[in-house]
Amino acid sequence: MNHFSGDALSWELKSGVIELALHRPPCNEIGSVALGELEKFVGSLDDLEHQASVLIIHSQLQCGFSAGADLRELYERSQAMEKSAAIRGVRDFLERIHHVLNRIDESPLTTIAAVHGVVFGGGFELALACDLMIADKMVRFCFPELRLGLIPGFGGIPRLKRDLGNAVVRDLLLTGRSFNATKAQQIGLVSQVVAEGESLRAARATSVQLAKFDRHTAATAKKFIKPVPHDELRQEIDLFCELFTRPAVEAGLKKFVESTDAQPYLP
Amino acid sequence: METAEKTLDEILTLAANHFKVPREKLSPDADFFKALGIDSLQTLDLLTRLENHFHVELPDYELQGVNDFRTLAAKIQARL
Repeated sequence: MNHFSGDALSWELKSGVIELALHRPPCNEIGSVALGELEKFVGSLDDLEHQASVLIIHSQLQCGFSAGADLRELYERSQAMEKSAAIRGVRDFLERIHHVLNRIDESPLTTIAAVHGVVFGGGFELALACDLMIADKMVRFCFPELRLGLIPGFGGIPRLKRDLGNAVVRDLLLTGRSFNATKAQQIGLVSQVVAEGESLRAARATSVQLAKFDRHTAATAKKFIKPVPHDELRQEIDLFCELFTRPAVEAGLKKFVESTDAQPYLP
Repeated sequence: METAEKTLDEILTLAANHFKVPREKLSPDADFFKALGIDSLQTLDLLTRLENHFHVELPDYELQGVNDFRTLAAKIQARL
């Protein structure tokens, strides 16, 4: 399927570049709808990869790339069922999103996350599955999961550990603070910082360069330098599900969902 | 080194320009959430603009409970 238009995302293959656009208000929260469409996308990747050299993931919403997992849906669904069923549901969701992100991570295409605005939690984890991150100067990254009594669950810690120094990972995770493009470039997270509103244009310009290279060679280089940390990713799912059983999580989710605070992402 | 008053003035000007509020309607002790009418995402936007403008890092937990321009200016001044 060379193009698709859904409720949460759309994609189109044009001139050897796949552009996957996120566009589900309020800010591309990743819940069951987005997950279903991401699964549809990775289901089409085998075919798309024969026709493309680059994948660009970006957002069409002004608020940013993605605010992360759909916490409202998670809270409401877990409230509507027995605890054991809720935990099974969470594990199933995590298995599915890990399958999607692992597939994007190990795609032979060169993948670019063109990010702006909010890149939080699960949105940050989606960007981390890509090979290159190009950010506009108004971007804001954050792993706020500890405020909910959780750790990132979409592969964030293993992928961050793969890409950055452990001290930086500890700072970002254990403080839960958000940080800007300058900091992201200093720590080696983003490869290019561009003017406000220019990340997609810069990603397209980069894709022209990437398309000049032999695909097999580029895919071989990628496979050599970017192994998927499968063992740690499995551990992450187990740890997340273990933490999800604790009362602090329900309290944290409730507080977030019911908050009218201008800074609800703060603990 | 910028003075505290200059820092405060630059914050008020930046906020007024970006959120399209008349500069004269923003007082140093005003609650900026109310004065600017901003939500959580716009608060992040303001934080990023201030960091970019002053070339500082402002950990958001340091700004918890800060809601007036004068205190915000003091937090920024402490990192210049």
